[in-house]
Amino acid sequence: MRAEQQYIDLFSQCEAMICKHSAEVLNAPRAQAFADFERLGFPTRKQEKYKYIDASKLFEPDYGLNLNRLDIPVNPYEVFKCDVPNMSTSLYFVVNDAFYNKSLTKPQLPEGVLLGSLKELSEQHPALVKKYYGKLADTAKDGITAFNTTFAQDGFMLYVPKGVVIDKPIQLVNILRADVNFMVNRRILIVLEDGAQARLLVCDHAMDNVNFLSTQVIEAHIGENAVFDLYELEETHTSSVRFSNLYVNQEANSNVLLNGMTLHNGTTRNTTEVTLSGRGAEINLCGMAIADKNEQVDNHTFIDHKVSDCTSNELFKYVLDDQAIGAFAGKVLVRPGAQHTNSQQTNRNLCATRDAHMYTQPQLEIYADDVKCSHGATVGQLDENALFYMQQRGISLHEARLLLMFAFVNEVIDTIRLEALKDRLHLLVEKRFRGELNKCRGCAMCK
Amino acid sequence: MLEIKDLHASINGKEILKGINLNIKKGEVHAIMGPNGSGKSTLSSVLVGNPAFEVTKGSVTFGGKDLLALSPEDRSHEGLFLSFQYPVEIPGVSMVNFMRAAVNEKRKYEGLAPLTASEFLKLMREKRAVVELDNKLANRSVNEGFSGGEKKRNEIFQMAMLEPKLSILDETDSGLDIDALRIVAEGVNKLKTPETSCIVITHYQRLLDYIKPDIVHVLYKGRIVKTAGPELALELEKRGYDWIKAELGE
Repeated sequence: MRAEQQYIDLFSQCEAMICKHSAEVLNAPRAQAFADFERLGFPTRKQEKYKYIDASKLFEPDYGLNLNRLDIPVNPYEVFKCDVPNMSTSLYFVVNDAFYNKSLTKPQLPEGVLLGSLKELSEQHPALVKKYYGKLADTAKDGITAFNTTFAQDGFMLYVPKGVVIDKPIQLVNILRADVNFMVNRRILIVLEDGAQARLLVCDHAMDNVNFLSTQVIEAHIGENAVFDLYELEETHTSSVRFSNLYVNQEANSNVLLNGMTLHNGTTRNTTEVTLSGRGAEINLCGMAIADKNEQVDNHTFIDHKVSDCTSNELFKYVLDDQAIGAFAGKVLVRPGAQHTNSQQTNRNLCATRDAHMYTQPQLEIYADDVKCSHGATVGQLDENALFYMQQRGISLHEARLLLMFAFVNEVIDTIRLEALKDRLHLLVEKRFRGELNKCRGCAMCK
Repeated sequence: MLEIKDLHASINGKEILKGINLNIKKGEVHAIMGPNGSGKSTLSSVLVGNPAFEVTKGSVTFGGKDLLALSPEDRSHEGLFLSFQYPVEIPGVSMVNFMRAAVNEKRKYEGLAPLTASEFLKLMREKRAVVELDNKLANRSVNEGFSGGEKKRNEIFQMAMLEPKLSILDETDSGLDIDALRIVAEGVNKLKTPETSCIVITHYQRLLDYIKPDIVHVLYKGRIVKTAGPELALELEKRGYDWIKAELGE
């Protein structure tokens, strides 16, 4: 049986239930998304875009879904004691795909800011959400996006009105929580109007030792002169599968920093598509992956320079140990007329063992003649001379390797524009390399 | 302190050291000179355990221990230090983190508690003064972007931090201008105690004007072919190596 069939059947049978527990704005594009999904199916390795990860196969096993929106008992404050505490953020939780509205404190947000459950905000502000929902995530082009749009019932939304600056970083913790093998289809909508500023940290955690599959579609509309940081931190476990499609549209002179960090995972596919629609827009797209055992991390990025005078800086680094597999494909398109484009792409990777594999594919398509574009990709091992130099100074080979690996990914951490998070990540990454990260309390991997 | 007996070593199957015998006592300074390609750097590499070289025969004892059986890091913990001819740049690893790891691993080996952050920084400050190393350099990545002279000074700074029993200076004078040479040599002399020994590998007499050797050896084709007092270095400076080759019948 094709992996798609069970979900085609499921939607046909449960469409009413799915819609009943969602909002009209989210239901509206469902029929088209379903038609697109039926046509596209799950991606397979035959598609260039998905050649390094067999998405179709990952959807084959049986997962439970919570279409009927049963309340899942969990106290996120209990779960979330481990990793990025005391960072002085406005803290929110999404359990599976549902916004947790029993927050202990209601952080003060500037007037006009909307933050919370996508479903509820869609009911309260249908016209606003309708204007943005589904506008960047094209279901006709990607099977995962079509699938997510078909099944997504809720998630998170952040709306920052014109000129409003949110000083305090917002932290959103996604918690995967279930007693059986479980699938989550989560949706995040971000709107920053002209001149708005916000910083969002999204952490993914898996609480239970079952198989999880999550799909996530994030749409971020960034207005003129707006400044937005999005940090994504995945700390799940080896039985988790994650598909995340992030779509960003930037208007003139906006400045966006995206940094996706995979510290612990099973199989992860992150697709990031950034469209630079207004002159003078700048995107800094970074990511890193630390993977061992049989973990797989695949980052697929696409930056579309639609107009002139935009800047894109891309930096991805991977450290692969054991039998881990990494993939990076980065396409930069400079459209005709996008003169004075400044684009730089770097992907550097370390394979610590002979069994670790890295696939890297830089791709530049340039149709303008007055541009500055560069790219570089390397796959290598730790510097033997540096290792020996450190050993001569009395540092054990093990410790020397850790220092070098740590130094290697530091460059990505240093792009973070939040000092507290930067410090925290230095610590987290060090713990990760020392194998101490999974000793925290509460997460499934500790058990 | 160090006793080398009939040491043979090779790289990629090619024999470089062909039977070295050398004894170094506590407090002594030995100079090893010799033409290019005679095996001087190979000897220092083998002593500190560089895995690129294979010891095929012979023995080395250091402080009564079988040196060749120890890992490179334990050789360091036992008090062996090499000032590299070409110090390695390590981007992303700060000098502070690097030295803290080195000092604390040595302390662990000796059964001592790690230094606190303030103790460590105080030690760094003290030892930096020995070679007039700029604070800015101490905050940078290891050797990254350092000039030739700064790298060599940094080597002696590390030596000061680790307080080795036996230091090997492998062409520490190469790439140094007169002032840097003086600072480096003075640094080495300040660190010298009656308890510590030193092997100075060099091509030139000029370093030996500052660091006075007790004994001078000439290494040629993987063997020590001549050993004498400090006057030998002066003679080599004047006459070159041809007369030694002639003595050997070449």
